[in-house]
Amino acid sequence: MNDPQLFPWIILFAPLVAAAAILFLLPRNDTAAAWTGVLTAALTCFLSWKVFLDPSLRITAQIPWLEVPGAFSVPIGIILDNLSRVMLVVVTTIATLVFIYSAGYMRGDEGIPRYYASLCLFLFSMLGIVLADNFVMMFIFWELVGVSSYLLIGHYFRKDSAADAAKQAFTVNRVGDFGFMLGILMLWLATGSVMFSGIEKNLAAVTMHPGYLAAACLLVFCGTLGKSAQMPLHVWLPNSMEGPTPVSSLLHAATMVAAGVYMLARIFPVLLAAPEVVREVIMWVGAVTCFAAGLMATQQDDIKRILAYSTISQLGYMVVGIAVAPAGDVAMFHLFTHAFFKCMLFLCAGSVIIALHHEQNIWKMGGLLGRMPLTALCVVVGTLALAGTPGFSGYYSKDLIVAYAHGANNTVFWITAGAALLTSFYMFRLFFVVFLGRPRGEHAEHAKQSPAVMTIPLLLLAIPSLAAGYPVIAKHFFDLPHPEIPHIVHYALLAALGVGFLLAAALYARGPAKDPVRIPLFANRLYIDNFYSWLVANVQGGLAVLGSWFDRWVIDGLFVTGAARTVWATGYVLRLLQLGNLQAYAFFFGAGVLALLYYLIFR
Amino acid sequence: MSPLLSLILIPLVTAAFCMAGAAPRRISLFGAGANLLLGLYLLASYNIGIGGFQFVSEKALFPAYGLHFSLGADGLSLVLILLATLVTFAAVWVTPKIEKFAGMFYACLLFISAGAIGAFASIDLFFFYAFHELALIPTFLLIGIWGSGERQRIAWKVTIYLAFGSFILLLGLIGLWLAVPPELRTLDIRLLQQLGSAGMMQPGPVVYLLLLFGFGILIALFPFHTWAPEAYASAPAPAAMLHAGVLKKFGLYGLLRLAVPIFPAEIQQFAHLVLVLLLGNILYVGFVTMAQKRLDLMLGYSSVMHMGYAFLGFVALNQLGLGGMSLMLFAHGLTIAALFALSGEIARRTGTLEFSELGGLAGVAPKLGLLFGFAAMASVGLPGFSTFASEIMIFFGAFARGTAGSFDWFQTATALALWGVVISAVYMLRAYRRVFWGSRGSAVKDETEDVSSGVRWAVILLIAGLLLTGFRPAILLDYLNPVFAYLAP
Repeated sequence: MNDPQLFPWIILFAPLVAAAAILFLLPRNDTAAAWTGVLTAALTCFLSWKVFLDPSLRITAQIPWLEVPGAFSVPIGIILDNLSRVMLVVVTTIATLVFIYSAGYMRGDEGIPRYYASLCLFLFSMLGIVLADNFVMMFIFWELVGVSSYLLIGHYFRKDSAADAAKQAFTVNRVGDFGFMLGILMLWLATGSVMFSGIEKNLAAVTMHPGYLAAACLLVFCGTLGKSAQMPLHVWLPNSMEGPTPVSSLLHAATMVAAGVYMLARIFPVLLAAPEVVREVIMWVGAVTCFAAGLMATQQDDIKRILAYSTISQLGYMVVGIAVAPAGDVAMFHLFTHAFFKCMLFLCAGSVIIALHHEQNIWKMGGLLGRMPLTALCVVVGTLALAGTPGFSGYYSKDLIVAYAHGANNTVFWITAGAALLTSFYMFRLFFVVFLGRPRGEHAEHAKQSPAVMTIPLLLLAIPSLAAGYPVIAKHFFDLPHPEIPHIVHYALLAALGVGFLLAAALYARGPAKDPVRIPLFANRLYIDNFYSWLVANVQGGLAVLGSWFDRWVIDGLFVTGAARTVWATGYVLRLLQLGNLQAYAFFFGAGVLALLYYLIFR
Repeated sequence: MSPLLSLILIPLVTAAFCMAGAAPRRISLFGAGANLLLGLYLLASYNIGIGGFQFVSEKALFPAYGLHFSLGADGLSLVLILLATLVTFAAVWVTPKIEKFAGMFYACLLFISAGAIGAFASIDLFFFYAFHELALIPTFLLIGIWGSGERQRIAWKVTIYLAFGSFILLLGLIGLWLAVPPELRTLDIRLLQQLGSAGMMQPGPVVYLLLLFGFGILIALFPFHTWAPEAYASAPAPAAMLHAGVLKKFGLYGLLRLAVPIFPAEIQQFAHLVLVLLLGNILYVGFVTMAQKRLDLMLGYSSVMHMGYAFLGFVALNQLGLGGMSLMLFAHGLTIAALFALSGEIARRTGTLEFSELGGLAGVAPKLGLLFGFAAMASVGLPGFSTFASEIMIFFGAFARGTAGSFDWFQTATALALWGVVISAVYMLRAYRRVFWGSRGSAVKDETEDVSSGVRWAVILLIAGLLLTGFRPAILLDYLNPVFAYLAP
């Protein structure tokens, strides 16, 4: 067990073992299930740090999975490079804190073992994505995080809204995965390999139409659209907030949704080799997403939904970062800082929600600053980090992405700077409405600081939220380029921060009873969700009903039953001709056989 | 006695005991269990290193006509025999208390099993065909006597439809036989394969099409699929399990056994036609599946839809696609058997399978919900289940037919078929959500019972099989790969 070669395997499979153990051995033991989950997460975290701190460790062993000699081979293999090491520690560290926090948040829930089993399954799947050394393995775990997300969003399965949200999340992700798989198939056919190393190596050697490679990369990018909730496949993420808040924090803010960005960073050399248009498209998708989601966030009333749209927006920044920067590390840096502060913000939201007996509407909160000071402090840190305040982690990572955007495309630069203004606005709006003013509800009146099992993870997360971006720290995790950042970038971002803050302060600092601003277009998420509902109900549903009708009345009714009737009618006619039924059939049967045999032999 | 003969005789003898009035459930469980163990034993004692047909036994019946009762099994047969014995055991296990003619009911199940195993183990063309016919009769009885809804009309329809398919198939087989040079005339499938691979018999496209559509009707190839959903909805759950899970695979097995070695040129010649039809299975039937308002019909249609993937592996005609197809036969068989077992259980517990009357069932029957969740995820091809491994092989196999840098028929068809992965998620999760999640439906009551222990353990057995072969597809691929290294052109 002490062989470092085994560590990554233990990290990968321990959560699966834990999930199975909870499901089969402890299906009714809440405490044991929680302990199993927390200890497993802690174990993976401990080993991940060991692996991180041992840069000489290389894993060459593979487990064969699917082998067709001479044609195809997919192993379960582990890739250990800087990218996966950093992601390992991010995922396991945050997971451990969220696992602990969950023990407090889920207290009294009827399905704690189910919850922890699903969380462990998630951890297993997520680590599989991180460690995958080939595309098919990544796809395997990609699907598995999808199903664990489905289970966790649907944790309160009796609620219709939660059941619908879970289903939607899985289905929308499958749409992305459709493109992802197709892209994998195309890259495989072109390069003859599904291994990341093999694809990169062979790409230079093979010649193909540049359009083919571009199409393949963009299809692979569809996987990111789904998993990282980029437009137009972003709709599932806000609805996923139906899940328990720790789940929103771990899966739908810090780690799982970042998998799309991680995947792009993993295949970064392929993207560089692809035609320019690929990164162009990725850049625009990211830019539009980060701005549009910011707009939608400004008008949400549910505390978790504000954060969800913010997550989509920040993922948009990361996607822009992949497209404009010369190294995947730039986007990964933002993923890194964002994971800490967004996770913390969600856990803060969870504390507020629990303190207010599952109230999520920010207009029923207010005045929580004095009642929940620790939570308020953490929200302040998170807000400042998210809004990109100098001295806080988010500032450094966002700054870098926007700087590269400036170098790549002026319009995109202004879009990302505008999104920074929106970020600052909606975050301060959230803070002012929730924590300042007077309590606007019975529950807010009596809110109390949550127990230590919930506040300690918060405080622990506040440290990296503050400091993870400092160059002295970041240099241990990333190999960041240091471009000459033009002054305009700093000025634009600082202006965005200030203007956003001032606007929010002017509108919300005095604690109004309801939102003084009403922009239905933003509140209704640009009507994109409505469009999809229409599409599903009318186009998909219509096709289904039409097909069903056709199947019943035309294929089965006209052809099958019709043919049968014709045979029957023939028999009837023959009976009129004084032939017995049986003889008639025998005659026709025999004649038919003879005719066919004759044809077959003498044709 | 040859072990393969025992595999066929055990269910027949057990069936005879059932009809003679012995306690049918107990003796059937015993017989089916013994057969499962024997199937596993055969799998273990098959020598992979040597390969080819083993456990061969031949008895000349009418030497003048070249008719032999000969049995033998290669890796492909053994995998399907394992499927048959496994599903039979599960089907017997989940059978609830039968009110009328219980002995007959179990006997019919065992007859289907014997017929299917016989077909998979025969290396003589005549018996290959005859064993399948043997299994159709009990299917008719099971639907006609113990079915639900318009059981008699449906029983007749299915039987006539399938008999029609068998008849076309028979013509094809006769054509095949006639194509053998007279001095070599044989019914031995091994020899036919060799003659076909050596190019010494060329029966031509008509015979291929007869086989394709004859087998195709039995597999519910679009547009010859409308018998299947109705039949599975009406049939009692164990019968649906055996038919959809095992007997239907006879058609695909036949294509692999006969069409692949003898008609490689024709398969390519008509590949476009089959691609269009299989997309009918995947896309068109997929949409029809979405529109279903009853769980059993939806499952029936979904089973039809999945056959499209099997055909995709078939026309890919390479080691990867054919191997994926045969792995899918196994994986799909277990999955659909588990789903029908559970849907039968839902019907028994709530009295309905209408989506509009169900909902929130997982709240009162959590174990049922968990098991159905596993089976549903296997059905949508989630990694970890062998359904996923088989789909991956089929997609890669089909996509590989063509040149990099362009999109030809095969790649377009693969891309469209991939969309089926979305469709199956849509209908399967919708079904799960409507039956198990959300607010309570009118048929779901506080006192609604959870899954019975028979169904529970049988389904766990099936799911364990899916997980085991999904985590380690090599368990089966070790048997299948050599077959297709040999058969694939």
